[in-house]
Amino acid sequence: MNQLPRIVLTGIGLTCPLGNDLPTYREALLAGKSGVSLFPVRNMGEQPAGVCDFDQKKYQKRKEIRVGTRAGSIAIYCANEAIAHANLDLEKVDPSRIGIYLGITEHGNVETETEVCQLFDHYDEDIKYWTHHHNPRTVANNPAGEITVNLGLTGPHYTIGAACAAGNAGIIQGVQQLRLGECDFALAGGVSESIRAYGIFAGFKSQGALASHEDPTRASRPFDKGRNGIVVSEGGCIYVLERLDDALQRDANIIAEVAGYRINSDGTDYVLPNPVRQEECMRQALSNANMQPEDIDLVSTHATSTPQGDEQECKAIRNLFGESIGTKVNNTKSFIGHSMGAAGAIELAGNIPSFEDGMVHATLNVDEIDPTCALPGLVTGQAIKKEGGVSVILNNSFGMLGINSVLILKKFEA
Amino acid sequence: MDKDKVKQIVLDIIAEIAPDEDLNDVKSDVRLRDQLDLDSMDFLDIVMELRKQHGIDVPEPEYRELESLDSCANYLLPKFEAGAAA
Repeated sequence: MNQLPRIVLTGIGLTCPLGNDLPTYREALLAGKSGVSLFPVRNMGEQPAGVCDFDQKKYQKRKEIRVGTRAGSIAIYCANEAIAHANLDLEKVDPSRIGIYLGITEHGNVETETEVCQLFDHYDEDIKYWTHHHNPRTVANNPAGEITVNLGLTGPHYTIGAACAAGNAGIIQGVQQLRLGECDFALAGGVSESIRAYGIFAGFKSQGALASHEDPTRASRPFDKGRNGIVVSEGGCIYVLERLDDALQRDANIIAEVAGYRINSDGTDYVLPNPVRQEECMRQALSNANMQPEDIDLVSTHATSTPQGDEQECKAIRNLFGESIGTKVNNTKSFIGHSMGAAGAIELAGNIPSFEDGMVHATLNVDEIDPTCALPGLVTGQAIKKEGGVSVILNNSFGMLGINSVLILKKFEA
Repeated sequence: MDKDKVKQIVLDIIAEIAPDEDLNDVKSDVRLRDQLDLDSMDFLDIVMELRKQHGIDVPEPEYRELESLDSCANYLLPKFEAGAAA
């Protein structure tokens, strides 16, 4: 690890249900404001969901919006914002040296479902009405590829399918490609358009894992006794990553440094999480970062508000951080729901300002803590100022088929 | 139905397909691709919208009939009239 180039974050672009830039999002997190609202879902009525309201036309022509996908628009918005935030002048950068690595939980459900529904509803299943845009919209690289078309970038681009561990996985891929020298700048993170496919909601409902609550802002409630499932959200978050030497040379504003990471697999079940492997993944990420549990100031949990999943993650965290009294724990899905392939990247972003302000945002909607989720460092109610500040964040993101990803980020020190 | 109306129908479709284009000064006798930012996928969209909105099928060998507003009008008018008579 020590011989490998150090990788730093120099730009962040995001859209999430609490804002379309980091300061707005962070302010809402510290204020304890929910971003969940009711959203009409085909065949299912209004459901609690996290919806983004970024201006699609800020970086896209109307024709691009019509031809492309929602995930593509989210990706394009985030990429442009990240590049601007990193103060990168694309006129002065070799476009073949920029790589794009985006995590996705799934892609193509929205486009396929919409097309099938139209064919059944209006065209008597006659396939001559099926759009010729279907394949470019549904290929798995679509959101990353749309960025290259929008910005004229010519380096590598692809998506990383990693279920809900994908946000971290995209960043990790970017780190690895920079270390391999495959690119000089990585646009890395995750995106999701999942709220626009009723099949995603219906799938969670059939699984007994879809959140319901008379007040949508209270539907996502990880660790609370009354939690009953996931609030599906859309969103995206893309980081500009660079090798430290390059960033210093161009006098970039360094936001944070990647300290370590790990991706592993449960190898046990399609859906059910495995706390032994989750703990192992966190432990290996710590080892990768050459750190101990006590070095972690904040654990940003994956917890999705399902009865079983939250309990399992807490078990893994308790085993690893039980003795680490200084480690705080929070959860962002309680504010914005589960933004699927973007979740890991968005949740990490919301915590990054902690390096500067020393604040830890709370976990929303924990009215009565489930004893199986009680963790000593869990921050509920209101945001707190952490004694000694926040220098290291461990970000959990786990997904179906037992994929676990852990990313450790640290405050940059030259 | 007359040729001017057919031209307006085609322009309305183009307005949906290429919403960034200024359609105020489209010349009827000039190829659409020579005066608007339209690619082959956009022409497939025009064909699809004629089918969806007006029930008119344009077979692939006859796509070239859609190259200008004039050629569209000449080619599509009998189809619209046949559709109206049916």
